[in-house]
Amino acid sequence: MAFSLNEAQEREFEDILARYPNQMAACIPALHFCQDANENWVSPEVIQFVAERLSLPTAHVLGVVTFYTLFNQEKPGKHQVWVCRTLSCALRGSEEILAHCEKRLGVHAGGTTQNGRITLRTAECLASCGSAPMMQVDKDYYENLTIEQVDQILDRLMQEA
Amino acid sequence: MLKRTEFLSKNYGVEGGWLIEPYVKSGGYQSAKRALGMTREQVVAEAKAAHIRGRGGAGFDCGTKWSFMPPPGDKPHYLVVNADEGEPGTFKDRTIMEMNPHALIEGCIIGAYAIGAHAAYIYVRDELHLSKARLWGAIHEAREKGYLGERPFGQSWAMQVYVHTGAGAYICGEETALLNSLEGRRGEPRIKPPFPAQYGAFGMPTTVNNVETIAIMPTVFKVGGDAFSRESALHDLGDGGARLFGVSGHVKRPGVYEAAVGLTLRELIYDLGGGILDDRPLLGVIPGGSSCPIMLEEEIVNVEGDERFAPYNGKSVLDLPMGVDTYRRTGNMLGTCCAIVLNDSVDPVRAAQNLARFYRHESCGQCTPCREGCGWIERLFDKVVAGEATLEELNQVHQVASNIMGNTICAFGDGAATPMLAFVRKFRPQFEEYVRRGEAERNARRAALGSGDHGRSLASEAR
Repeated sequence: MAFSLNEAQEREFEDILARYPNQMAACIPALHFCQDANENWVSPEVIQFVAERLSLPTAHVLGVVTFYTLFNQEKPGKHQVWVCRTLSCALRGSEEILAHCEKRLGVHAGGTTQNGRITLRTAECLASCGSAPMMQVDKDYYENLTIEQVDQILDRLMQEA
Repeated sequence: MLKRTEFLSKNYGVEGGWLIEPYVKSGGYQSAKRALGMTREQVVAEAKAAHIRGRGGAGFDCGTKWSFMPPPGDKPHYLVVNADEGEPGTFKDRTIMEMNPHALIEGCIIGAYAIGAHAAYIYVRDELHLSKARLWGAIHEAREKGYLGERPFGQSWAMQVYVHTGAGAYICGEETALLNSLEGRRGEPRIKPPFPAQYGAFGMPTTVNNVETIAIMPTVFKVGGDAFSRESALHDLGDGGARLFGVSGHVKRPGVYEAAVGLTLRELIYDLGGGILDDRPLLGVIPGGSSCPIMLEEEIVNVEGDERFAPYNGKSVLDLPMGVDTYRRTGNMLGTCCAIVLNDSVDPVRAAQNLARFYRHESCGQCTPCREGCGWIERLFDKVVAGEATLEELNQVHQVASNIMGNTICAFGDGAATPMLAFVRKFRPQFEEYVRRGEAERNARRAALGSGDHGRSLASEAR
């Protein structure tokens, strides 16, 4: 099914293009915008759409998508959880946090829960070292985490409508 | 010397402190107004007098960098702000964007004017959603007030600031990779020369500055370049002003603190950071992001032939003022001034393995020595931790790291290899202990094979 934007989204898309001296520069923001509008993933149709709108070769857009870690080439769960595991977080217990998440959700990092609600991932440094351990849930940071707080967050994500 | 300051952090933690009203009330945007009334040469000279060493880690003098830009001609110039903060241990720029975004916007006006640009792009890593929202909010507020737009402060210097987002790649913090990413390409570093001042964003003359470097500019033009430089204990070494210091890992009060340049690591850890977690002994400290070699308390300063270092010679490196040149001259690296503190509960081998994984994950893959070398080092460390490495393989780390250094397009390769070498050199006994234990276990298994029930031992070996 072809990907398209609604009228309000089209206006916002045009706003993004207006920020740059050429169309190619809008490639990454445009992909973010379309990914958000496409249940958090960049489908082949999204790649086609961005390539056509920015007058870029499809291969260029695909090259960009595969270079950056935050473009999902498969549809993730409804929520995405990233547990930072780089040194500062590791010193403050991120391994336990990750192990707890894996156990609670019954998936390994990279996997999605059976009900499709949560995709669990690991992240490299998210610039929150002073409030380690931390995790990112969709667009929000949760910092200075305890196992109890992680449980509350995961419960909410699993249960909410 | 510990001297707390509040140039950037005054409104940190104040509800609504990121809005334009409190910012303007405390004298905000007066510096931009003043700068736009000066000639471009005067603005650059003022910045040079402040001796602002780049806050992103390389420590290059900001005013000097601005002076490399060609005079305005037919081509548009661009200011690009590097807000791709992602160096492990570093979390200071985020606090500026979240809690003092107008300082960055005002700094963009000053910096853009100084280099002859009418547009500034702030490249923020995608994960920092709050930072992006606060920056866009600040941009809209400044536009409404007329500080951005066709005629800021009634001057004929049209000015726009935009926020651009990355998509999850540490390498985009490297300035030429960042430019490629800004142009909508894969974030692979470019070969230099040409340098960005000649051929930068969209092929036009461009200056790339760190968030903090730009955000401190309103202060420079408020208190005066020379006066601001003299805040620093290292003014005579050309390292001026005040800056943000971060401390994370095993300290009691991790966080971001603002102080005059010249603070020592000991002051950062014990006075600002509240001391070491659980009051344990210090294992080591990585002073400014994970690409800096780890430093040990027992390392002693010894710089010959320079009077300025005489007061520090014979002292621990922890008591050396944190400056770009003080660190460079002692074989250390200042980086971003955001320290990771490790107490003696840490296994240095596992810490090195953690960072090796980070660098393997983030190598962009463009240059073979880095792409293959980072993976090789990680696999070697994995083998060491699993007790499967030989001494010969441990020594290979030196060889692989040396073959990365100096053989890549950008500084990532050196930034990955240097800390790995430091870990292996400074914690050699711990690494060897893993190797010895592994060898002993293998020998024991072999002995059991030779003497006991063959069938069963072989089966367990296979498992």
